[in-house]
Amino acid sequence: MATRRTTKKPNTSKEDLLQYYRDMLLIRRFEEKAGQLYGMGLIGGFCHLYIGQEAVVVGLEAAAEEGDKRITTYRDHGHMLACGMDPKGVMAELTGREGGYSKGKGGSMHMFSKEKHFYGGHGIVGANVPLGAGLAFSDKYRGNDRVTFTYFGDGAANQGQVYETFNMAALWELPVIFVIENNQYAMGTAQKRSTSTPELYTRGSAFGIPGEAVDGMDVIAVRDAGRKAIDHCRAGEGPYILEMKTYRYRGHSMSDPAKYRTREEVQKIREEKDPIEHVRDQILEGKHAGEDELKDIDKDIKGIINEAADFARESPEPDESELWTDIYAEA
Amino acid sequence: MATEILMPALSPTMEEGTLAKWLVKEGDEVKSGDILAEIETDKATMEFEAVDEGTIGRILVSEGTEGVAVNTPIAVLVEEGESADDVAASAAPEAEPETAPEKTDAAAPTKPAQAPAPAAPAPQADLEPEIPEGTEMKSTAVREAIRDAMAEEMRRADEVFVMGEEVAEYQGAYKVTQGLLDEFGARRVIDTPITEHGFAGLGVGAAFGGLRPIVEFMTFNFAMQAMDQIVNSAAKTLYMSGGQMGCPLVFRGPNGAAARVAAQHSQDYAAWYSHIPGLKVVQPYSAADFKGLLKTAIRDPNPVIFLENEILYGRSFDVPQVDDLTVPFGKARVWREGADVTIVSFGIGMTYALEAADELAQQGIEAEVVDLRTLRPLDYDTVIASVQKTNRCVTVEEGFPVCSIGNHLAAYIMQNAFDYLDAPVLNCTGKDVPMPYAANLEKLALTSTKEVIDAVRQVTYTA
Repeated sequence: MATRRTTKKPNTSKEDLLQYYRDMLLIRRFEEKAGQLYGMGLIGGFCHLYIGQEAVVVGLEAAAEEGDKRITTYRDHGHMLACGMDPKGVMAELTGREGGYSKGKGGSMHMFSKEKHFYGGHGIVGANVPLGAGLAFSDKYRGNDRVTFTYFGDGAANQGQVYETFNMAALWELPVIFVIENNQYAMGTAQKRSTSTPELYTRGSAFGIPGEAVDGMDVIAVRDAGRKAIDHCRAGEGPYILEMKTYRYRGHSMSDPAKYRTREEVQKIREEKDPIEHVRDQILEGKHAGEDELKDIDKDIKGIINEAADFARESPEPDESELWTDIYAEA
Repeated sequence: MATEILMPALSPTMEEGTLAKWLVKEGDEVKSGDILAEIETDKATMEFEAVDEGTIGRILVSEGTEGVAVNTPIAVLVEEGESADDVAASAAPEAEPETAPEKTDAAAPTKPAQAPAPAAPAPQADLEPEIPEGTEMKSTAVREAIRDAMAEEMRRADEVFVMGEEVAEYQGAYKVTQGLLDEFGARRVIDTPITEHGFAGLGVGAAFGGLRPIVEFMTFNFAMQAMDQIVNSAAKTLYMSGGQMGCPLVFRGPNGAAARVAAQHSQDYAAWYSHIPGLKVVQPYSAADFKGLLKTAIRDPNPVIFLENEILYGRSFDVPQVDDLTVPFGKARVWREGADVTIVSFGIGMTYALEAADELAQQGIEAEVVDLRTLRPLDYDTVIASVQKTNRCVTVEEGFPVCSIGNHLAAYIMQNAFDYLDAPVLNCTGKDVPMPYAANLEKLALTSTKEVIDAVRQVTYTA
């Protein structure tokens, strides 16, 4: 087991801040580019952008260790980039090409990486929650101390199977962290119109699962909450719930006109709570880096994203024979 | 570098739209996330955001313009010190994504899956001697055969474990897991709460994590609560992951009608699961096949639906006493040879098929009885070879008649052995009604030996 970190006075170094800035900006720029490619018809079907929620995955990945697992629903591009998957492979999956993580057969909602312990990318709201508990079960069965981050949204938090899973996870003390990304809208339905009690972090109390609400727009707050939850799980004390209060700037998917909220509401959050601007301010105020250095990071990321977009356009469509492969694993 | 801003596709089906309103004007500075315009798609009015930062150099399409095709340049964005005229040279290649995937017409008929044609000349159906002569046989009940298979595989590999309702301390609702808790302990024999959806999903997750779960449903009727996890999570993930993430798991439990338990507890799901690519589906009849096929299922790297039957649990069959009895998937078994008609069945349907064959023999009709054993993969070759010999076929199952396994076989035989048929293929199935409780009605709702005999007499024109 890793040495226990003290969470009282988190020591956030200059390097940490710059890394978080970089990681969040990578997701933001990736998603903007994905939106653009969608607009050009290069990406089809459903495409759910993560813009606004970047601090959640970057903060938790900063707390995770090698071998920890993660699984999420379909707003998943950010999770993949944050755990180190290659932007080229992710973007090429979005364009449905051979060079994508699933050879073009999964698309935006279905990508996986065994190497990075990323278990998808699932399209059915709530269905990844028991799957995540199952991954945690496999680690406990083997007797190691890995944890599984199981991400889902405020919409999924009302699904029945989530509570079936809470019960089993608590009963069997599974090392699973349930991360509720509360972006306040279940597709187009505001939380107060769909959810009887707004405090989602208390949803485990009937099962004895501790939970806390976290400012999901503050990457350091997210990281520190993540460390606390990880310590709880690694100590064998069972599951933990983190409710991340966050916000998505774009519509639910590309074809969402987002008429259920005002432009002013979105603009206000962007101006006052943006997770990337927040870290940027911390960097500049703490004199950890100057504007020029940040500009260099921006430029560097733009290069990575353009390279990913080029790859995603140039990679060929999968061979027609791929239609018939990967239906069964060879016995 | 000046860039063109293109008319975006804002829904999966949008090909053109109306530029309803510009929210910026020439000379405005914009940054990523600023709203540039409102665009009416085929579905709704959408806000269109800037991706790059710069100054709006020129607006190319005025507001109110209808029918603007996707990817038409609608404005030019310039950087400091640039003119909108620079765009012509610099951004032109962006305008036409020549590698854009072809649009497919959703209404166009998809190419039918090509069923593998049987090799011609088709192999002879034979009573294959799977077990060497002289092997010691032991009369074993089906439930013990299943238990023995699980115990042997759990001894073989630590990753194999069993979970389900009442599998541990209660020793199995139907006593199928009897003794497993004593031998393997609570780590590997796990009682679950009564939450099929949740524990099926948890089992699938454990399989993603590299374990080999055996998930018992107390009956498959309750697996309908877990259908999404079985179909969407277990069966499709290998494909969706481009072959990276498999799901080595067995879902097993009793399936089909038991006795007097009415509509919600009496249903045969063979055809339901056989519909799904990515699943393997097994429905044995004899104890030896239950044992050998379950061992194969546990070792298989794919999700396997293993359909048992409560009435068969107590029935005993000879089971060969060999060290490691396995039976391959996709291989039917010919229980009895005959030249006059082929009767194809599986699972408990075999009891009607074999009884009917015995009675028919007394009437001078020799039936060949084929036990499919596995429904996915299905041994088409053996069926076709037998039909080529007998020229007639009757199928037998307890499931509902519409879209049944028998329907599928009839279509397959028609497509692949049409010229050999001397009569239409007939399907004996359960009736097209929910299972009634009353004893007499229940009997009527299921198929029967008499129905099989009548069908055979029809196709042999001896009715």
